[in-house]
Amino acid sequence: MKTVFEYTRGMLPVTTGYCPGCTHGIAHRILMEVLIERGTLGETIGVAPIGCSILSHNYLNVDMCESAHGRGPAVAAGIRRALPDKTIFTYQGDGDLASIGAGEIVHAAHRGEKFTTIFVNNAIYGMTGGQMAPTTLIGQKSTTGVDGRKKEVSGMPLRMAELLATIDGAVYVERVALDTPAHVRGAKAAMHRAFEIQEKRLGFSFVEVLSTCPTNWGLPPTAALKWLADNMIPYFPLGILRTPGEVK
Amino acid sequence: MSEKQLMKGNEAFAEAAIRGGCRLYFGYPITPQNEIPEYMSRELDKVGGAFVQAESELAAVNMAYGGALTGKNVFLSSSSPGIALMQEGFSFMASAEIPMVILNVMRGGPGVGGIQPGQADYRQATRGGGNGDYHIPVYGPASIQETVNIIYDAVTLADRYRNPVIILADGMLGQMMEPIILPEARETVTEEEIRIQKPWALLGHQDKKERTVVKSLRLQPDDLENHNNKMHEKYIEMMEELPQYESYRLEDAEVVFVSFGSMSRIVREAMDHLAEQGIKAGMIRPISLWPFPNKAFDEISPKTKMVISAELSIGQMMDDVKCAVCGRFPVELLYRTGGMVPTPLEVVEKTKALLEVTK
Repeated sequence: MKTVFEYTRGMLPVTTGYCPGCTHGIAHRILMEVLIERGTLGETIGVAPIGCSILSHNYLNVDMCESAHGRGPAVAAGIRRALPDKTIFTYQGDGDLASIGAGEIVHAAHRGEKFTTIFVNNAIYGMTGGQMAPTTLIGQKSTTGVDGRKKEVSGMPLRMAELLATIDGAVYVERVALDTPAHVRGAKAAMHRAFEIQEKRLGFSFVEVLSTCPTNWGLPPTAALKWLADNMIPYFPLGILRTPGEVK
Repeated sequence: MSEKQLMKGNEAFAEAAIRGGCRLYFGYPITPQNEIPEYMSRELDKVGGAFVQAESELAAVNMAYGGALTGKNVFLSSSSPGIALMQEGFSFMASAEIPMVILNVMRGGPGVGGIQPGQADYRQATRGGGNGDYHIPVYGPASIQETVNIIYDAVTLADRYRNPVIILADGMLGQMMEPIILPEARETVTEEEIRIQKPWALLGHQDKKERTVVKSLRLQPDDLENHNNKMHEKYIEMMEELPQYESYRLEDAEVVFVSFGSMSRIVREAMDHLAEQGIKAGMIRPISLWPFPNKAFDEISPKTKMVISAELSIGQMMDDVKCAVCGRFPVELLYRTGGMVPTPLEVVEKTKALLEVTK
């Protein structure tokens, strides 16, 4: 009998603690599949953030460390100096990367750090229970903005991919989404490109992954996927914002 | 051993770290320690190391953590306000059991304070400026040579305990020049040696072994308490093993100073002036500030009238002195702060005034 599908050995055989319908699981799996397909799983160091995915090191079958809130890109920069030959990634949420860690991610891009950041943007703080993030959409309700985000109070949602794409050292910047099978395949292809750029040491590579948080959005999983498509993608358009000529 | 040579403090400290085995340095400019990142930016490349000028001290400490969790030795330096910013990382590294050698070239505080020498980070360093139950061994060397030796030894000490180590120098030690002898450079350790010596280090599992995780999150309270208890056992070992001090002229001393670092050198000179004036003075010079060398205080003669905590801070060390004295002698404070440094004669006059009051 021909095996047509196998659970990736990049994921440890455990049940995740993520909420039903959360897309972290998908992001984890395609990330690990990419590392296996590239043959780099055993030579990879991952950096987990603060937020729901701090627990990612319980699920991802690579050497991993935790980082203080927002500091993942600094930690990864340190690892890169110590281990010039390894594959290194940070996996960060929107509170971690776009709020408390905005300085670290900007300067990692600025230095053209040779690692890859997977930025999971679900427009809300998940682990702490649904507070407003820099990426929370106008009108979107959160526990620190019960009437919905207002521009006059909190500004417009921050588009991190566009911001980083203005920085010379960020040689590859793409935004993808996990709301449909086609988009999931696209997300995986983006991660492949990002790691290829890292392997070629061309500069900093960044993949923003639009994701859901059914629990804190107050939506069932399928409705959350639709909400992502209807509300997030129009404000956070998908596509490649920067890419070097070397990678097609 | 190299020839005796004249070196500026900060440059000697940087060279000591390199010779001690630190090939990675992450820093941010702050006075009065700028010669250290400058030296590292010139020298680390030559020995196969790496230097990064971080965007902030917050980033620097986290880069240092990233470098050190691979098992390589990392050196980190800053001055008081920068060290305050790094506390998040110190607490994290203590919890994650990541070795690190940290040099604080102290200046006057609080806040941005000034750029002249001070010792007012004593409490922050010895009590732990970050959150949680943790300790970091703290040393307060009094000369460039002693600082060099302690930095060199701190590399292996940090590795052995899997814990950060802090050295408190100050703007005076950093900026002055003294003749020193540099220690022999340790060999660079290979990745294969690290895999054997430091199984906790992240180097990639090579599809051969289970993955390794470096972490400080422990969501289950019993798990966290167990971890803290395990760490505490390590701290108890440090408390037994690490106390270090020098004592001078304690026998028959009328007054005993307790002083460390630059200030202890001024006090040492003041002791000679006092002797000329017929006042017998002795000194306990703590070299380790945490753990504090409490046993040294058993050497104080019963005839001693007074113990004086002489410091460049307003009684921060005096708390430890009082604990160590444990009610056996009156404890007084002699200090300058904010970057002001007393002359030996000023110490003499203040000491005589303190003795006068208690007569």
